[in-house]
Amino acid sequence: MRKNKSVFANIDWFLVFIYLLMLLFGWLNIYSANYDEGTFDLFTMQAEPGKQLFWIGTSCIWLFFILLLDGKFYTTFSYFIYALMIFLLIGVLIVGKEIGGARSWYDLGNFSLQPSEFAKVGVLLALSKYLSQLNLTLDKLDTQIKALAIIGLPILLILLQPDAGSAIVFASLFLVLFREGIHVVYLAILGLAISLFVVTLKFEVNIAMIVTILFAGLFAYLLKKGKNSIKPALFSLILGLGFVQSVGYLYNDLLRPHHRNRIDLILGKIDDIHGAGYNLNQSKIAIGSGGVFGKGFLDGTQTKFNFVPEQSTDFIFCTIGEEWGFVGSLITIGLFMALLFRLIILAERQRSAFSRVYGYGVATILFTHFFINIAMTIGVMPVIGIPLPFFSYGGSSLWSFSILLFIFIKLDAYRMDILR
Amino acid sequence: MSRNKFTHRRVFFYFLFSTSALVLLVTLFSIQVINDSYKLSAENNVIKAVTIYPERGYIFDRDGVLLVTNQRAYDLMVTPRQIKNLDTLALCDIIKINKEHFDKYLKRAKRYSSRKASLFLKEISKQTAAQLQERLYEFPGFYLQERTMREYPEKSAAHILGYVSQVPDYILKKDNYYKLKDNYGISGVESSYEKVLRGVQGIKYLVRDVWNKSKGSFADGKYDSLAVNGKDIELSIDIQLQKYAEQLMLNKKGSIVAIEPSTGEILSLVSSPYFDPNALIGRSRSPNFNRMYKDDNKPLFDRSLLAEYPPGSTFKLVNALIGLQEDVIFDGTRFKCDEGWRFSSKLKIGCHVHRSPLNLIESIEQSCNAYYCNTFRRIVEKYPTAEEGYENWRNHVLSFGLGKFLNNDLYNGRPGRVPTLDFYNRQYGKGGWKAPTVISLAIGQDALVVSPIQMANMCAAIANRGHYYTPHIVRKVDGLSLNDSTYTIAKLTSIDKKHFTTVVNGMERVFTGKHGTAKTARLKDIEICGKTGTAENPHGADHSIFIAFAPKDNPQIALAVYVENGGWGSTWAAPIASLMIEKYLTGKISNTKQEAFILNGNLMNTEDAKE
Repeated sequence: MRKNKSVFANIDWFLVFIYLLMLLFGWLNIYSANYDEGTFDLFTMQAEPGKQLFWIGTSCIWLFFILLLDGKFYTTFSYFIYALMIFLLIGVLIVGKEIGGARSWYDLGNFSLQPSEFAKVGVLLALSKYLSQLNLTLDKLDTQIKALAIIGLPILLILLQPDAGSAIVFASLFLVLFREGIHVVYLAILGLAISLFVVTLKFEVNIAMIVTILFAGLFAYLLKKGKNSIKPALFSLILGLGFVQSVGYLYNDLLRPHHRNRIDLILGKIDDIHGAGYNLNQSKIAIGSGGVFGKGFLDGTQTKFNFVPEQSTDFIFCTIGEEWGFVGSLITIGLFMALLFRLIILAERQRSAFSRVYGYGVATILFTHFFINIAMTIGVMPVIGIPLPFFSYGGSSLWSFSILLFIFIKLDAYRMDILR
Repeated sequence: MSRNKFTHRRVFFYFLFSTSALVLLVTLFSIQVINDSYKLSAENNVIKAVTIYPERGYIFDRDGVLLVTNQRAYDLMVTPRQIKNLDTLALCDIIKINKEHFDKYLKRAKRYSSRKASLFLKEISKQTAAQLQERLYEFPGFYLQERTMREYPEKSAAHILGYVSQVPDYILKKDNYYKLKDNYGISGVESSYEKVLRGVQGIKYLVRDVWNKSKGSFADGKYDSLAVNGKDIELSIDIQLQKYAEQLMLNKKGSIVAIEPSTGEILSLVSSPYFDPNALIGRSRSPNFNRMYKDDNKPLFDRSLLAEYPPGSTFKLVNALIGLQEDVIFDGTRFKCDEGWRFSSKLKIGCHVHRSPLNLIESIEQSCNAYYCNTFRRIVEKYPTAEEGYENWRNHVLSFGLGKFLNNDLYNGRPGRVPTLDFYNRQYGKGGWKAPTVISLAIGQDALVVSPIQMANMCAAIANRGHYYTPHIVRKVDGLSLNDSTYTIAKLTSIDKKHFTTVVNGMERVFTGKHGTAKTARLKDIEICGKTGTAENPHGADHSIFIAFAPKDNPQIALAVYVENGGWGSTWAAPIASLMIEKYLTGKISNTKQEAFILNGNLMNTEDAKE
């Protein structure tokens, strides 16, 4: 093969450019969120901006190694990496440091490591490896079960920490299975289940029952052209009604009180800007007060003076919204759209199923983070504590997102070498 | 490659990404561009307007003695919405109030506004404030506001100075300068010169973080305004004289008003019973106020400005002057007095036993009633109808500043009453009354009432031989003399100057004459002119009245003394007037026996004798 080629040969500079732009913009906002006249130097390792610079620097070293490694490395070692990650996820339940009621972190002296962030890489590699087998189709039940198991095992372990946010991110990988051919019915059932869940909570069980019956009727009508329309319609009706009836149990017994609060807030069932709703209200005030053009770099008051919690990690978008205004929102969302669309385009041009599955996986994970994170800061989604990729402060997430993305960039650069 | 048949499913991803982005953008557009309420909330979050209270102006007496000054006090303010994780007990412990009061105050603050800061606890001590300041960070939503509280080093002149309290609701509604619990002059000079004394409040906009810690000024202080201190005021009061007058009036009800005739400046203004103005500052105001409000002797009532009594015999001077002006009497005119004046068997004005007939000077010296009944009748009957005659008489009386508001710089006042034609027409029917019907006016009775300050002013007009300057209490504001024409232009009476000579001589004889009604109060070295009076009091013992001025030529002080239930004018009011004059003109007292008698006199219990 073309051994003597440069490390940077064939890489997609567009993705790299977007990546760097995001890092820069993200870092500026972390700097601003921490900025306070008269305090210590923000460039030292005592301050978040300084530390983030360190994470960015070390990421670049990682990325260099990722690009240096042969593309074959990832396909060869994917199951091994997956196993390693599962091992780390089990380990963290035993020796992990408990922060805020969850064992999600390894305490490494000066630094903490969040294995669920890195597990994304392992799960994606394993899923890609499994789905890239020749002649594998997702019509078969055992294939479906195995594929779901690869995703489900880390979800189970993460729920034990517990970390609902990360679990949801892993669950979103189901969308990759859809691209790989799983029947559309599964997606429809998933969508309906979520809708019914929301309708039941927002209104009441009886209304949700009526909605279910309407859906079943619609289903029966759509199936009318087929021979047997009664049975599947009836089956789905019973299933739907059963689900609606069990929403109360799911909601009251499986969710924790703070989850319930967050959901109730979004559904408008409680209105409490001092208690449960304080963070969301302050977050909306920060973003809303930015106006069209924002208050200007370093001139935000809401985030800087700590009205917004977690202002450099999960709520970094507040600083963007406040200081850069709607224009900043537009730029941020625009950057993500460019990144996501580019990922799908590149994934579709892969010759190997492995690379394609992996590419879709990266896009799905980044999308889920992006959407949930911004949506929660403006009250479109309940507060789910997951970071905004490349923007939020934090070493584990920055490293894992960078690795995730650059493995794909490497795979994409390597695509010509694959003859399969 | 087998699954490439699903390549069309990429469209689902494009759709998912775009709609999600659209949902976010629409929501963001709504909260960032369309909805303005978040911008306001943000400002409320971080910008706190701190009022900078100006120092209220000082008040001095005419010799520069400090009468009113300021002392530091701290108010504990609260913004209910910002209260977080409050350790109520710890706070109660520091400010020394109990939980019930705490809840009550907080409720009151919430009722005003939960977003805006308002007063929680007023005027807490310096020690408590210092203790609280250290731990204030533990109580978000609370802060200390420094302000000033009045202090009265001379402990005197409470009615003149008035007091400062929180701004009343009706002012709060119509004047948006004031905020809840701001200081406001409620009475006295504090009230009439409120705008001068208060200064202008400043505002400082501070930016602060979620813990209520200040992060410096907002927009580099662009919107801040400085406080402008209140202006100092110099009163015309002579505080030494004022305090002496208060001593003389101790245990007596009534008032003393002393005026400098050449300027109209009020030298002292006493209403008794009086109180220490320091009783109405800080947190003791409310109990003290309630106690005095309920007191039967009404110490809060400013008798010197608000009480309206019949002028009694002192009014004979005015009638004498009108008689001279109208040419119905002259110096030598004599009237017979048969222990009074008789019109019919039913109508008689009695008089004390004296030699008869008397001429004008003697009538003043001995206060003959019959003399003035005849004079008054002649004045009224000089004209074809009683109405014309009466109206002419009335206009002369009004020219002495009686029967109308003085329109001066005092916070309070009463017009008194010189009955109008309508008044008598209503009472007796039109044409149903003649001079004899209202003959009591001749000796300052009937429906005629005047306030003590009007009496003093009337005396000043006589002292000036025909003119007066509107009595006023403030000489200088901010070191500058008032150049207000209200006080600098003389008001002329309707009596020619020449007519005063005889009347003034008569007033002198009140002290010097063999039968003078105030001869026991005479002063050795000072030519003093006066007139006794007794106002009939249907509720109890008569009121003792005296007006006087001195020296006879170039008078420097004119005063009116009222002693309620003091009986004859010569008993209490005349000696008090004489002591006041001597004190003011010479600074010492020669007749210490008389002084002791007055100082020890106690008329407060005569109230029991009423009915």
